[in-house]
Amino acid sequence: MLVRLIKYFKKYKTYAILCPILMLVEVLCDVLMPYMMALIVNRVSDTVRANTSFTNEDTRYIITVGAVMILLALIALLCGALAARLAAAAAQGGGTELRYDLFKQIQTFSFADLDKFSVPSLITRLTTDITNIQMAGMMSLRMLIRAPFMLLFALILALSINSELALVFLVAIPILGVALYFIIRTAHPRFRKLQKKFDALNASIQENLTGIRVVKSFVREDYEKEKFKKSNDDFTNTAIGAVKVVIFTMPLMQLVIYGCIIAILWFGSGMVADTTITRIVTGAENVSGMQAGDLISFISYVTQILISLMMISFLFLMFVRSKASAERVFEVMDTESSIKDPENPVVEVKDGSIVFNNVSFRYEEGKGEDTLSDINLSIASGENIGIIGATGSAKTTLVQLIPRLYDVTKGEVLVGGVNVKDYSLKSLRDAVAMILQKNTLFSGTIRDNMKWGNEKATDEEIIEALKQAQAWPFVSKLEKGLDHWVEQGGANFSGGQKQRLCIARSLLKKPKVIILDDSTSAVDMATDAKIRASFKENLKGITVIIIAQRVRSISHCDRIIVMDDGKINAIGTHEELLENCEIYEDIYKSQQEGVLADA
Amino acid sequence: MRRKMHVENKPKNAFKTLARMYKYMSGHTLGLVFAIILIIFSSLAGIIGTSLLRPLINNLMNNIKLLMDAGHDASTAKEIIMSGVFDTLVIMIVVYFLGALSTYFGNRLLLIISQKTTNRIRKELFDHLQSLPVGFFDRNTHGELMSRFTNDMEHITMALEQSLSQTITSAITIVGTFIMMVYYSPFLTIFVILMLFVMLRVVRFVGKKSAENFRNQQKSLGELNSFIEEMMEGQKVVKIFNHEDKNLSEFEALNEELRKASTDAQTYAGILMPIMGNLSYVQYAITACVGALIIANPVNLAFFAMDVGTLASFLQFTRAFSQPITQIANQTNTLLAALAGAERIFAVLDEEPEEDNGKTTLAMAKRNENNELVLVDKPFVDMTQCQKENLIPVWKTPTPEGYKLTELKGDVRFNNVVFGYVEDVIVLKNLSLYAKPGQKIAFVGSTGAGKTTVTNLLNRFYEIKEGSITYDGIDIRDIKKADLRRTLGFVLQDVHLFEGTIKDNIRYGRLDATDEEVVQSAKIANAHSFIKRLPQGYDTVLTKDGINLSQGQKQLVSIARAAISDPPVLVLDEATSSIDTRTEKLIEKGMDSLMKNKTTFVIAHRLSTVRNANAIMVIENGEIIERGDHEDLLELKGRYYSLYTGMSELS
Repeated sequence: MLVRLIKYFKKYKTYAILCPILMLVEVLCDVLMPYMMALIVNRVSDTVRANTSFTNEDTRYIITVGAVMILLALIALLCGALAARLAAAAAQGGGTELRYDLFKQIQTFSFADLDKFSVPSLITRLTTDITNIQMAGMMSLRMLIRAPFMLLFALILALSINSELALVFLVAIPILGVALYFIIRTAHPRFRKLQKKFDALNASIQENLTGIRVVKSFVREDYEKEKFKKSNDDFTNTAIGAVKVVIFTMPLMQLVIYGCIIAILWFGSGMVADTTITRIVTGAENVSGMQAGDLISFISYVTQILISLMMISFLFLMFVRSKASAERVFEVMDTESSIKDPENPVVEVKDGSIVFNNVSFRYEEGKGEDTLSDINLSIASGENIGIIGATGSAKTTLVQLIPRLYDVTKGEVLVGGVNVKDYSLKSLRDAVAMILQKNTLFSGTIRDNMKWGNEKATDEEIIEALKQAQAWPFVSKLEKGLDHWVEQGGANFSGGQKQRLCIARSLLKKPKVIILDDSTSAVDMATDAKIRASFKENLKGITVIIIAQRVRSISHCDRIIVMDDGKINAIGTHEELLENCEIYEDIYKSQQEGVLADA
Repeated sequence: MRRKMHVENKPKNAFKTLARMYKYMSGHTLGLVFAIILIIFSSLAGIIGTSLLRPLINNLMNNIKLLMDAGHDASTAKEIIMSGVFDTLVIMIVVYFLGALSTYFGNRLLLIISQKTTNRIRKELFDHLQSLPVGFFDRNTHGELMSRFTNDMEHITMALEQSLSQTITSAITIVGTFIMMVYYSPFLTIFVILMLFVMLRVVRFVGKKSAENFRNQQKSLGELNSFIEEMMEGQKVVKIFNHEDKNLSEFEALNEELRKASTDAQTYAGILMPIMGNLSYVQYAITACVGALIIANPVNLAFFAMDVGTLASFLQFTRAFSQPITQIANQTNTLLAALAGAERIFAVLDEEPEEDNGKTTLAMAKRNENNELVLVDKPFVDMTQCQKENLIPVWKTPTPEGYKLTELKGDVRFNNVVFGYVEDVIVLKNLSLYAKPGQKIAFVGSTGAGKTTVTNLLNRFYEIKEGSITYDGIDIRDIKKADLRRTLGFVLQDVHLFEGTIKDNIRYGRLDATDEEVVQSAKIANAHSFIKRLPQGYDTVLTKDGINLSQGQKQLVSIARAAISDPPVLVLDEATSSIDTRTEKLIEKGMDSLMKNKTTFVIAHRLSTVRNANAIMVIENGEIIERGDHEDLLELKGRYYSLYTGMSELS
């Protein structure tokens, strides 16, 4: 998985390589600081102890070392700052590529794939999950090299100053390591549980907000409060249980650092005393051994080493967390679209004839029952077909197979005499316009929305389509006309207006087959009739399939298909069906009294 | 123009908010004080420990020679020295150990205080939301209200749990270290102060840049996110129109914009630490260098006093000094964000709850031999309870003399009602109507004509501006809201079911209903047949918002839910709109028995539900333009007639 992730940083390879190198330089400088400080202090303490006066050479030495230190600090500053920039650029850049690929992958998804993942989960993957990966990437670039090398270099320098004293670290590092391991191991599952409780708590608040009218209508405020109190308390207790483990880290860290300092001061002091005594006894100033400056620098290394260790454990935690995100992203990446173009696709749809041969269909392969079974049907090009049936009788499922939104489970569907699986998806869907039941307009002007149907459409063509869909009467009244702004989802239009805009948008495709899936349910009867009339006049030779709840919307059709429980119950004209189809007759009768206007 | 979200992260009135925050911590005052003391001690421990380096090192540096010059031999000298070291270390051990201990207990206390506090705020917020008028939920999106519970609350938790203690620690460390530095060497402190100026400038500059760039990042992120949201929602339409490539290029542009913005934002966020850390190393170098030089060339002034032990401590202080500055810079943002979040939460808490001054309540009575109503001294539970005990539900209105009883019948009257959702926009103009007990009144008209508004006034989801509405002759404003709503049953087009079993959902109408009663009401709604075919029957768990039932089935369940509460007045607002006409025919009988003996208001577009109403009101633009029964209205050949024959349009 890591290898796959790294692939996305290719474009930012230079940054990604340069950043850890700069970090390495910074670490080196940082680690050298206490070491050099020790040089200065040792030099001074020598003269102080020997009670000799300071020579010019000494002064020069101290100033030189000090200047080098300042230089090193400035180099480290530059490297650190530059590395921060590079890490940000590389991580954000790589994340951007990853997000792009993910979005691109989703664009290839079939309806079935989209159903499988659900919209909110796809949104989370494109947003939160990618952000998590970016953060992890950035921290890794900056810390993954820095922390272990800081540990290593500091340890080496400590060893070079005094290898015996460095043994303290040999005790301290495993203690801290094991303790951190246990803290993480205990805390991690608790935090996962906490996240679940948090989600549950939010879900219950969300539910309450959505259902507030119901709550109030049934006077259930107190009941809801009681329910919330339980999950709220539950959440709080879980949170305390999880965080109380984590707060061990800080004092633990302090204890280990302090413990090291005390041990080093104890043993170190003895060594310094020995060195001093030897020097006094022998009178030789160049006897090697632990000196005061070394002792102080050792204390600096304690912090550098142990903090690096903690940093490594944090990195580890972050990896665990972002691993889940990466897995979710790659789950999408690895889902190959279940509907793809064939090898040598047919690109031209000859006419609007449609044939169903022994078609069966189920939404989930191998699971549940067939939604459609044994459908045999032949529709001539240019025919007008109505489909009616109770909710759940699979009307929508039937027509969705025509533009190959889903693939049949058994049998075949032919459009223009060719199996839909042999067309390129683009040519098939250009030729078969389908107006979905749950249709969406997008934020943009009316013109923008219409151009979804045909990008090159002129204003005249757009207006013509709007006229045919009976949408022009209200669009022409808008102050800005075609430039009128459409809110996300078309929220600023009424249901009937939205439906007519969607019809117009599809007409602009100039399709060979047009399918209206209950697409005029919110349009009043009179307008509905006008749309039907305009279709008859303008869509000659085009196959029109209309799904409707209202008998009146389809009674004029050449043939009407009555669906019942996933099967074709009857096919015939309005009159024929009234004669021999019981279901049709029932539906007709139930609507006989008329419908005022659909909401 | 895509949706833009801008969340302000600066509190408007920090002190007021802080004072109010503190109220939620009351009861924890002692704990809080204790926690703060512990944290102060824990940071002092670090400073004390470091300052102990001075005597320790000086002891090592100076005393050996003195001791040996005084004639002690090497091993005795070492022994004496080491016993001095030991004494210092014992103090250090005690101080450090207590320091670590107080870090733990301080944080532990803060954890509990912060969790209890947020628990309390969350509870109060939720409880308060329950009391707010429906209009509030119209004005505020769910997303906004949710972010009170999530983001804002999280900021507060973070601030209480971490930032508070870190800020205190940092402040104490800065001040304590500074004092020690001045005490140890005023001369070297001058260099510290100079560097401090540089550091503060850096913090200010980077902080400003960082805030700027973060705003840009949030903006780009918001734009990209709303694009993603919109396109994921509309993905199926995208596919039908072969719009994938165009989408992709639009996405690419937004994605690229975000990349640029976030690269800058993250740069400034990441740059502060290395800059400050290394500036402190510059300071470290200067301290070592200058310190060493004045040790070597002593000036006989206290101001310049310096020895190796002091230098050792001073060097450690120098390192300890810069980190808390960075910390405070970071924590200030968190604290401010928390205060801003708290302010937003308090703004919700300050919303006026629903007005409820009604004194008339529901009670139970029976008739005495003179056929007068006599109060039964038992609390009113629900209608079914009355039925079971053969008592009469009544309105009990307090009067100066005592109380007045009115039988609960379901007589509803609107007298010259004027209403608008917002000031100056009148939705209902002078509307009058009546429904006698048991009558069925239907409303017909365009979307937005005011049909639903009428019913929303009845249960006082909204308050009328002028006129009055009476229930059994009592002004509904004089009736206690909860009791008023108990007598009204609502079935709405947009059904909301809760997470839980079907049984629980039906029982929402009456919490103490038995299983038999649940089944009974499901039968009335004709929901029984499909429920019993579900794998777990009545125990089938509905997921979020009842997604696994069809819209029609959900409507049937909600009808059952209303049936079980058995109120004298029913409101059916497009209650069967998602049920196909054949099924509707099937539940007609159930609906009839549900409406029997009840005053019913029906909003429907299907004539099957409307035509047998006692009166049909045609509402247009907030006015009743026609009224009468089906035949009357057809004869009138007006609006109703043309709607019926499909000659005019309802938008």
